[in-house]
Amino acid sequence: MFSRDRVAGLALFLFALVVLWENRVLPLGTVYRPGPGFMPMVLALALAGLALAVMAGSRGSPPLASLDWTEKRHAAAILAGSTFAALALERLGYRLTTLVLVGFLLWAIEGKRSAVALLMAIGLSLGTWYVFAGLLKVPLPLGPRGF
Amino acid sequence: MLETLQSLSHGFALALSPGVMVYAFAGCVIGTLVGMLPGVGPLAGISLLLPASFGLDATTAIVLLAGIYYGAMYGGSTTSILMRIPGEAASVMTCIDGYAMTRKGRAGPALAIAAIGSYIAGTASVVGLMLLAPPLAGFALRFGPPEFLALLLLGLLTLAYMSGGSLPKSLAMAALGLLLGMIGIDHMTGYFRFHYGVVELGDGIGIVPVAVGLFGLSEILLTAGQAEPPAVMRPRIRDLAPSREEWRDSAGPVARGTVLGFLIGILPGSAHIIASFVSYAVERRLSRHPERFGQGAVEGVAGPESANNSATSGALVPMLALGVPSGPIPAVMMAAMMVHGVSPGPLLIQQQPELFWGVIASMYVGNLVLLILNLPLVGLFVNLLRIPYPFLYPAILVFSVVGVYAVNGSVVDVWIMVATGLLGYLLRKFDFETAPIVLGVVLAPMLEMSLRQSLAMSSGSYWIFLQRPIAATMLFLGLGLLLLSVRPVFGKGKDWRRRLGLTGKVSSREEGTS
Repeated sequence: MFSRDRVAGLALFLFALVVLWENRVLPLGTVYRPGPGFMPMVLALALAGLALAVMAGSRGSPPLASLDWTEKRHAAAILAGSTFAALALERLGYRLTTLVLVGFLLWAIEGKRSAVALLMAIGLSLGTWYVFAGLLKVPLPLGPRGF
Repeated sequence: MLETLQSLSHGFALALSPGVMVYAFAGCVIGTLVGMLPGVGPLAGISLLLPASFGLDATTAIVLLAGIYYGAMYGGSTTSILMRIPGEAASVMTCIDGYAMTRKGRAGPALAIAAIGSYIAGTASVVGLMLLAPPLAGFALRFGPPEFLALLLLGLLTLAYMSGGSLPKSLAMAALGLLLGMIGIDHMTGYFRFHYGVVELGDGIGIVPVAVGLFGLSEILLTAGQAEPPAVMRPRIRDLAPSREEWRDSAGPVARGTVLGFLIGILPGSAHIIASFVSYAVERRLSRHPERFGQGAVEGVAGPESANNSATSGALVPMLALGVPSGPIPAVMMAAMMVHGVSPGPLLIQQQPELFWGVIASMYVGNLVLLILNLPLVGLFVNLLRIPYPFLYPAILVFSVVGVYAVNGSVVDVWIMVATGLLGYLLRKFDFETAPIVLGVVLAPMLEMSLRQSLAMSSGSYWIFLQRPIAATMLFLGLGLLLLSVRPVFGKGKDWRRRLGLTGKVSSREEGTS
């Protein structure tokens, strides 16, 4: 059975290998005169070594199957919402993006009544716009028709 | 000494001016709320509110952010004592005896002792900061690239050694952070590394999206699906007064917590978390009745609360004097200073004395504001905890998005936040600490530049690090720490973190998060 540390160590080791592969295009220089690829290579090798050490010391680590994922539905929805925000922010503008994001989380994920979700979404969207763009003069993206 | 007092009086003139005072007050209030709210620790709080400081001058901005930092230390104790929920990680130890006191009907005295201990420790440690930072900065003027490289390596090794959890895991996280810090244009050759066509990565990965992702978003991902928090108690003002015995039992722990916290705060690592754990362990060991600990011993509240507040000022010493952040929170504060055109380091006190002494003076004022504000208004503040988390986290998420976007006006930063949020969520599921990643991202460019400059100075000879006494001493200290860390693997000795019961606790409730 796989332990948590063994799986995590393996993932870090594979990541270190990917970095080493990607680093091949950068000039390494020499040990005495390091180039731009030198430090990333040293760090990737260090990470690979440490990942192996994590795997080697995984004897007392709990099994992977014991991980509790009860929050996975919420986590996936919040990640989806965050991804939407990143995609939509400069396309739909700040206010519309926030409105959709908050409405989605409250109504679809938390099961709040649609009126409550809508009110909260409008309040947060316009309230934060007023504070950041209005009072603090932070330039936030505008959407279609300047909204 | 006279010069110090004169500089401090100039600092007070600045800190007590209405323009700065308002922001010190605002920082303390926001910090208290940030410390109380699960999901927004001091690190995420400071990162999120960084854009709010853009329109301010450098001194006022740092005063605001420092207020949030130590305000959060105060705020975290309230939820620990009343609800057994640590508002931020440094308050984990306060939960044990603080909540036990609440169950015995002594919530008010527990809150009062926590607030007064925090005030004494906060104020005393600012004296330490004031006296230690200028001579340290003078000493650091002798540092060249080899000394800085040695200092950075020592910092990273100390961070890994002091962190809870296993050393290979902490070092792996530091290496991961350093690797992330390699992204962007190499300043010595102009090579654009690991950019994948994203021009915005030229300046590298920003500290704010990484910090908000790893500490803010990952906390929301972990917490949003959990059960509702327990009911909140509202203590009345007349119930706050501790008994004579409680005062007497608290005096020693407050004094010891102050000294311990400041000294641990200077060291790199999750300083205020470790300080509170060490203080609790020390108090239990020194107590004539250790069996009372866990049953509502006031020493178990006074010591850790004093220690974590004292560590806050201690952590600012290396940042202000050396320009080297000792943890993720000072790293974000350093980034904030740089946004305002201020370079922390040995020359800061000479070149911008009004900023340094203004911040010091504002910390004295801020600690007093917190004491005056927090005790009478505790009943008001706890109302915030009645907001159900399903309503709270969408708001935190919106603040995260706007806070991250506003730093550079770039949606790439929002993507970085989402990616590091997912990374932080998974790493915390697997019991990895994420604080070393943040520090690695900040230190990577400095580390690489120091190495290459050192080798340029010595025509490629690595002996330069051993020929210079300061660099050699720091490298040997780092090596010593490394050997100390691996000793339990080969010998029968028990690791100090395991002895304190730190393993697992820090990693699951990390710095800057709830």
